[in-house]
Amino acid sequence: MSVQTPISGLPTPSGTPGAPKLLEVRDIVTRFTTDRGSLTAVNGVSLSLERGRTLGVVGESGSGKSVLSRSIMGLLPRSNTERSGQVIFEGKEISGLNDTEYRELWGDEMAMIFQDPMTALNPVMKIGLQITESLRFHLNMSKSDAKDTAVALLKAVKIPEPEKRFSSYPHEMSGGMRQRVVIAVALACGPKLLFADEPTTALDVTVQAQILDLLAEQQRERYMGMILVTHDLGVVAGRADEIAVMYAGQIVEQAPTALLFSEMKMPYTEALMSAIPKLTDASHTRLAAIGGRPPDLVNPPKGCAFSPRCPYVQPRCHEESPTLTPSPTAPEHLFACFYPIGSPETEEVRLRIAAQRLMATAPEFVAAPANTPTPAQQSPVPAPPEQTEGM
Amino acid sequence: MAGSGTAHLRQPSETLLRIQNLVVDFPAGRGKKVSAVSNVSFDIASGETLGLVGESGCGKSTTGKAIMQLPRPTRGEVTLDGTDLCSLRGEQLRNTRPRLQMIFQDPISSLNPRRTVMQIVEEPLNIWNIGTPEERRLKVEEVLSAVGIDPEAAAERKPHEFSGGQCQRISIARAVITEPSVIICDEPVSALDVSVQAQILNLLEDMKARYGLTLVFIAHDLAVVKNVSDRVAVMYLGKMCEIGNPDALYAAPAHPYTRALLAAIPLPDPNASLDTEHHLEGDLPSPISPPSGCRFRTRCPLAQDICAQVEPQMQHVTGDQYVACHFPLQAVSEVPVALTQ
Ligand SMILES: Nc1ncnc2c1ncn2[C@@H]1O[C@H](COP(=O)(O)OP(=O)(O)OP(=O)(O)O)[C@@H](O)[C@H]1O
Ligand SMILES: Nc1ncnc2c1ncn2[C@@H]1O[C@H](COP(=O)(O)OP(=O)(O)OP(=O)(O)O)[C@@H](O)[C@H]1O
Ligand code: SF4
Ligand code: SF4
Ligand SMILES: [Mg+2]
Ligand SMILES: [Mg+2]
Repeated sequence: MSVQTPISGLPTPSGTPGAPKLLEVRDIVTRFTTDRGSLTAVNGVSLSLERGRTLGVVGESGSGKSVLSRSIMGLLPRSNTERSGQVIFEGKEISGLNDTEYRELWGDEMAMIFQDPMTALNPVMKIGLQITESLRFHLNMSKSDAKDTAVALLKAVKIPEPEKRFSSYPHEMSGGMRQRVVIAVALACGPKLLFADEPTTALDVTVQAQILDLLAEQQRERYMGMILVTHDLGVVAGRADEIAVMYAGQIVEQAPTALLFSEMKMPYTEALMSAIPKLTDASHTRLAAIGGRPPDLVNPPKGCAFSPRCPYVQPRCHEESPTLTPSPTAPEHLFACFYPIGSPETEEVRLRIAAQRLMATAPEFVAAPANTPTPAQQSPVPAPPEQTEGM
Repeated sequence: MAGSGTAHLRQPSETLLRIQNLVVDFPAGRGKKVSAVSNVSFDIASGETLGLVGESGCGKSTTGKAIMQLPRPTRGEVTLDGTDLCSLRGEQLRNTRPRLQMIFQDPISSLNPRRTVMQIVEEPLNIWNIGTPEERRLKVEEVLSAVGIDPEAAAERKPHEFSGGQCQRISIARAVITEPSVIICDEPVSALDVSVQAQILNLLEDMKARYGLTLVFIAHDLAVVKNVSDRVAVMYLGKMCEIGNPDALYAAPAHPYTRALLAAIPLPDPNASLDTEHHLEGDLPSPISPPSGCRFRTRCPLAQDICAQVEPQMQHVTGDQYVACHFPLQAVSEVPVALTQ
């Protein structure tokens, strides 16, 4: 990957490590009023981010990732929405801002890249104009300066022939090119904080890799804080400094990336990880799907939200909700579980599951007890579809 | 100019479905044409799953639809059980339809929103006039249970009342109900998140065992494709690059494009170093004026002059692995006998 030279004419991001935290979010709760009752989409999330760092937010569809990003950016729908908690940006509380104040913040200080590049761009406006408009609004640039800067930005996001492409319409470009343009628009005014909400989910793997490379490069160069939202642990593994795993509107585990992968504590994180098909597994390896479905956020289950699907569930989990607490051995590792991976209760279950799996794949290696049939014997492979989503 | 070769095809007697020199062009106005699929050949033995991978726009869906004769390919042969579907007309072609089914990417929009689950799943039986009403009802209940949907609770409900994963189960039930020989699955899990994806992939494997299915599995996620496939065919801009069993192909790709695709996969392991060296640069060229010779040459790090002049043909690598490249990453052997030309 070639190293880009900084673009002249752009405000160079200032700020040094050690200055007040770029972003500090405390106890955000976001509820929507629906026909069925109040839906709690984000339920008490706190997090913080420094400049130059990337936080990955991971979780299943509906876990509240997008609503969390929108809650922080002030992009929630007005009606039927109730939000509480604090959002402190560079030491300043911003959750009470009005629309005009927010508009100045967007683009200038913080920017967002959405999943679908088509909805983020104006389909009837030339792409160059979409960039210069924001430059002129936020940075008061002259027409010709804005044009030069826009061309430099298109070049920075590796659009071939940027002068020519300046006058193209979004529909004349491929999905990957459009997402590059969206990134150029987001970067135009030199934001300090970038939200990328599933920036590559609509793209295929090769284009995904290009876009993630590009985001990482621009982030380094501009020293931005980045929140990278995805349902794919693979996408954040190589790209985020820290990962927060969300389930049913809450962060259930959070740790520096390497630690999260080496010392996974939360059964849900482990389940998400095991469900991914691995390149190193032989073909036709049966996947460890998570049974059931995420909870109904209007009527969440009592106790731990993951309890209806958790393989390690114990009676206590149905009664009390675990809170996010630091690990005794590593305070930067937080998790919300009474029986984390590695505790005696989970080890017992783990051994039982491992034995069942082995029975199913290679019964000759397991000495079965003489008269009690094992579960695997009762259901020989191929097993019936055991992991249904429920009805 | 020659096509991309057929050295990798097996004896017709060993295979259930055989695609030979398939060409699909679309009119692009002003006398131009989109060369969406160009001289593609592959075959599938009964009970096998063939994975079809490649970037967006490389012609995977077009190939899948051409097998279904929707629309008919511009040229080439699609032989199912000894019958060339491209030569069939009217009633004869109609009669083969229940034997070939298709499942699509977007589970919710591929189901008719105004009909009940019962009507949706039963529909193919009505169209082909299979069974009595009572037999049809029983069959719907059987396939719904098989895909993990409770027929009693679901039969009278409409698609919007179900999640994406459940809708994909319903699509699978509808596809297996005519007991087809071959199902073409076009990105069946691309719109689903990892946990639901795992459920559906396991379900497809179960359905394959239960109903003796042969699958064409289209996707751009190579890890997903490896999980379900017996053989994987890699496509680029309407051409075949490489084919082989996934264990061998992934361990030792012979085509530079296969290597680039593998390098692009995000691994769920922070210690795995990102193979950015082999990430592809640039965009797919236009299929209206594809590059001469090898279509990958404009993005290939190994391209030489010959790549612009001569189109590479399929050559044998090892086992069931074949590659179409002038400078393959693995040694190739002389093709023993050209089975069909
Ligand atoms: N405007 C709204 N009104 C009512 N409910 C909403 C609204 N927006 C989101 N929700 C609900 O809030 C929950 C969280 O949604 P969110 O979009 O944040 O999920 P997500 O984690 O981003 O999922 P995905 O991976 O599918 O994008 C969901 O149950 C969703 O249906
Ligand atoms: N009906 C059509 N008319 C004109 N061009 C078409 C038509 N259908 C497909 N094409 C073109 O043919 C090429 C192959 O398209 P196809 O949909 O088969 O690709 P694909 O590999 O399935 O891509 P994706 O991963 O995005 O689904 C593309 O360039 C596409 O634009
Ligand atoms: S608290 Fe209990 S149910 Fe919840 S994740 Fe931990 S073990 Fe599972
Ligand atoms: S034939 Fe030439 S251009 Fe094509 S893949 Fe091989 S080396 Fe690259
Ligand atoms: Mg979202
Ligand atoms: Mg397609």
